[in-house]
Amino acid sequence: MQPAKAETDTSCGRILFQGEQFFCDHQGGLFWPQQNCLIVSDLHLEKGAAMAAGGSLVPPYDTGETLNRLARCIERWRPEKVICLGDSFHRDDSASNLPLKYRVQLSEMIRGKDWLWITGNHDPQRPAGLQGNCQQELTIGRLTFRHEQQNTGQVDDLFAFQSGEISGHLHPSAVIHRRTKRLRRRCFAGDDQRLILPAFGAFTGGLNISHPAYAGLFDQNNLRVWMLGQNQVYELAASQLSR
Amino acid sequence: MHRVLTVSKQDNPQAAAMIKPQLPEPFSQWFVQKGWAPRPHQLELLHEAQSGQSILLIAPTGAGKTLAGFLPSLTAISQNQARCERKPGSAKQGIHTLYISPLKALAVDIERNLGLPVREMNLSVNIETRTGDTPTHKRQRQKLNPPDILLTTPEQLSLLIAAKDAERFFEDLDYVIFDELHSLVTSKRGQLLCLALARLRRFRPQLQTIGLSATVAQPDELRQWLVGQGPYGEVKLSRLIKVEGGARPQITILKTREHVPWSGHSARYAMGDVYQAIKQHQTTLLFVNTRSQAELLFKELWKANEDNLPIALHHGSLDVSQRRKVEQAMANNALAAIVATSTLDLGIDWGDVDLVVHIGAPKGASRLAQRIGRSNHRMDEPSKAILVPANRFEILECQAALDANYLGHQDTPPIGKGSLDVLAQHVLGSACGAPFFEDVLYDEIVSAAPYAGLPRKQFERVLDFVATGGYALKTYEQYAKIRKTDDGSWRIANGRVAQQYRLNAGTIIEAPMLQVRLTRHRGKGGNVRGGPVLGKIEEGFLESLTAGDTFLFSGRTLRFEGIRENICYVSNANDTTAKIPSYVGGKFPLSTFLAEQVRAMLADSSTWQKLPQQVGEWLNIQKTSSILPGRDELLVETFPRDNIFYMIVYPFEGRLAHQTLGMLLTRRLERAGTKPLGFVATDYALAIWGLRDLGQLLKAGQLSLTDLFDEDMLGDDLEEWLAGSFLLKRTFRQCATIAGLIEKRHPGKEKSGRQMTVSSDLIYDVLRSHEPDHLLLQATRDDAAKGLLDIRRLGDMLKRIKTGIRHQDLERISPLAIPIMLEIGKEPIAGEAQELLLAEAAEELMNETRK
Repeated sequence: MQPAKAETDTSCGRILFQGEQFFCDHQGGLFWPQQNCLIVSDLHLEKGAAMAAGGSLVPPYDTGETLNRLARCIERWRPEKVICLGDSFHRDDSASNLPLKYRVQLSEMIRGKDWLWITGNHDPQRPAGLQGNCQQELTIGRLTFRHEQQNTGQVDDLFAFQSGEISGHLHPSAVIHRRTKRLRRRCFAGDDQRLILPAFGAFTGGLNISHPAYAGLFDQNNLRVWMLGQNQVYELAASQLSR
Repeated sequence: MHRVLTVSKQDNPQAAAMIKPQLPEPFSQWFVQKGWAPRPHQLELLHEAQSGQSILLIAPTGAGKTLAGFLPSLTAISQNQARCERKPGSAKQGIHTLYISPLKALAVDIERNLGLPVREMNLSVNIETRTGDTPTHKRQRQKLNPPDILLTTPEQLSLLIAAKDAERFFEDLDYVIFDELHSLVTSKRGQLLCLALARLRRFRPQLQTIGLSATVAQPDELRQWLVGQGPYGEVKLSRLIKVEGGARPQITILKTREHVPWSGHSARYAMGDVYQAIKQHQTTLLFVNTRSQAELLFKELWKANEDNLPIALHHGSLDVSQRRKVEQAMANNALAAIVATSTLDLGIDWGDVDLVVHIGAPKGASRLAQRIGRSNHRMDEPSKAILVPANRFEILECQAALDANYLGHQDTPPIGKGSLDVLAQHVLGSACGAPFFEDVLYDEIVSAAPYAGLPRKQFERVLDFVATGGYALKTYEQYAKIRKTDDGSWRIANGRVAQQYRLNAGTIIEAPMLQVRLTRHRGKGGNVRGGPVLGKIEEGFLESLTAGDTFLFSGRTLRFEGIRENICYVSNANDTTAKIPSYVGGKFPLSTFLAEQVRAMLADSSTWQKLPQQVGEWLNIQKTSSILPGRDELLVETFPRDNIFYMIVYPFEGRLAHQTLGMLLTRRLERAGTKPLGFVATDYALAIWGLRDLGQLLKAGQLSLTDLFDEDMLGDDLEEWLAGSFLLKRTFRQCATIAGLIEKRHPGKEKSGRQMTVSSDLIYDVLRSHEPDHLLLQATRDDAAKGLLDIRRLGDMLKRIKTGIRHQDLERISPLAIPIMLEIGKEPIAGEAQELLLAEAAEELMNETRK
């Protein structure tokens, strides 16, 4: 498969992390050309159905929409490997209840690729009835892929944080204030130690990176965000952001 | 058929005698005791009611409308032996009369006013109120021991008919009185209310309605609203009694020596003069259009209040206890001045107001007339009012209003077709009350005037929506909220559906609000604790604040401390400068009628002499440095300023239409490669700016104004823009909330583990891509076309200016452009330009990194 001509593509963002070059796109996909690997996080497939079961009859199209976006991502980057960084399914029984046409669509995407499901808090088990490997985390060289951030701010701990983490879980978003207008967008957020992906799912929102849940995760002096626009990614520094 | 009665200076006793007097003894005696004569229209209404009719009474303030409305009920109740002599142990009779008012405060006020004659006449009539403020135990008691007359709000009625005991509760209902009907019917609230009325008519086919209204442009619309429409589309009308007359109000524009500002809405310049006017009168009512204006005005008046006069503040966001205090003080004539928004618009009968001051331009004849009618309740004496324009353009508006005998003109909006989201809420409520049969419910719905033309297929779509969300993809059958059972009736699936409904029922959504509580300033990381509730503020505004920001509310300067679990905490700030909530102008755009008058005034320099000198000068300078457009022309000016090129368009069609026009023009300009950066809209004009010299392009023929303003912009361009616009998303959110798809938002809860909420924007995007004809999207588009974007108005304007676009390419800013140029940087930039802002910010970062 041909790798995408990312070098000349001005609409994607560029992230240099732990000495590795990454590209990120406006849908929330992260591409690692050196490994020909696409990483997406927090798909939350079948969230709509889960909400309907709870009495909120939201449109049942989120799964289809998320899968379409994933397909476009794959089409764009033509990866050989795909890592889904956890919370791929909104409930642990979502995969088994996946409507047939979505199961077929997803299986087609998986076929022929090195597909990895990282487990998340919403989907701690391997997804039923689908191909692909399943692990809690994966380490490649200096980089570790996991769903939830490990160990924040604890010093001298046995399981102290090791840099090079790429994770999801928090659904990062950021706000800028410009000309009296307040703009909020999902974003990639990272310093030189860790990188957090935005949530990819159609029904997922964002949690502002100024929220206490992010306390101790980033070095504010080195923190950058890549905000998702309509067709483009915009790189900003933490200092440019508002709460 | 209707009779028109003219009321002259003295009530005509002969006229009263001509109509068969139906007043029974205690009533006629009471009038004699008071030294009053019953007015002809009061007797006429009573007569019609006693013949079994429903009636619309149109009368100005001070005509004794309330008494007229209640006379039929009071006489009937007191004459009904069974009600008066209730034997102990016998079954309680249900409610005899419902009174519906748009405001809680009005219901409370009526209770007070009606109670007086009832006591004086010694009638055994029980009157109670039931509003959102009524405590639970009182509400329960009302069910067990119903009063004769229940004064309530539309929301409460929706809840009452959705209760299991609804039919029984209303089994003795004879009358429903609607007060301030003109203000009830124009909104979605009115549509829901009309559906509730249709339900009441099914319980009680012989039910009679009485509508009390101010003057409206189309009385027949209200007459239809009051009665059931025929099953084959036959139009039915209530009777009409119209009371003419009342003395013309004395309205003047504030004469001031102060310099009137170019733009802005604060009228700060006039405080000294306004304060003098307050001193010269007993009680002054000052009306403004928005809450933030009210807060600012209140603060400024107190700064000028060297005599320490009692001046109060009243608006809907203030805590209810504070409002009650003000209302009480008003009733006791203890206040020198009250600053208010539309919460005091309606006919609440308090105190002796002898002056009404209206801050800002009128924006609407009917609204102005009602507000001015607040002073001097006696119909025969003229009310006194002063208009205080906030900027120079508003002076033109005010003058145009006076010239055109504005108050004689009615510009009430047409009622329009019933919305689908409201219908969905009603259908769900119906199921919560009792199982229903489709045919019966459908017949009931189309008897309500706003839904009279509803096709059966639409009704079925709404049913489908209520049951399983109405999606083409049928995966939700198992989660259905209502189901058709074997006997053919529809029932709710379980008790939780009814519970959920009651939490959101009846309310037609405003912007989500957060409660505001006063706490002590604790500095960083301090634990905020609850204190007294000051009121509620729009969530959107509060989310834009950071800790430490100060703003005006409830008459004080407050410091924003933070938001925890849905409550906004504030502390008292000592400094007097505050960042006030920025509202884009007023809420109401310039009316079409006034816009025409203003354009005519601009085009005819002989009219300028009655304008204040500063305004006349301004227009004269405009005449020499640029031009004034003719009445049906469109002026377009282009000029450069600080390396940016501007195009100013002056349609005078109101802010909403200009906003829409701005979006569409910007898209066209972008396609033409002219790279516009942004735009700003006011009621009078539209300013677009960019990096390329539009004036040059126009002169060189590379850009054509005729093409730019072609009517076809309302076709595909509009469709496309509409589809992605944030205004539409906001409308969708409202529709989805009203229809019951989304709960009222609880932002605190979203952060908790379960993640069981989705933002309406995301739902909208997904729905638009996968099912663009979904019911809610249709409802959204209907709303947008109707009100939000003023598309029809824009279309009319584009037709009007077809042949008369005048382009002035100038070397510098023109006088006429000054007001809108001052708005740039103050007002937020709309819609698609958001992407540009992101790009700008990113560019800045790039430049920094390159240094």
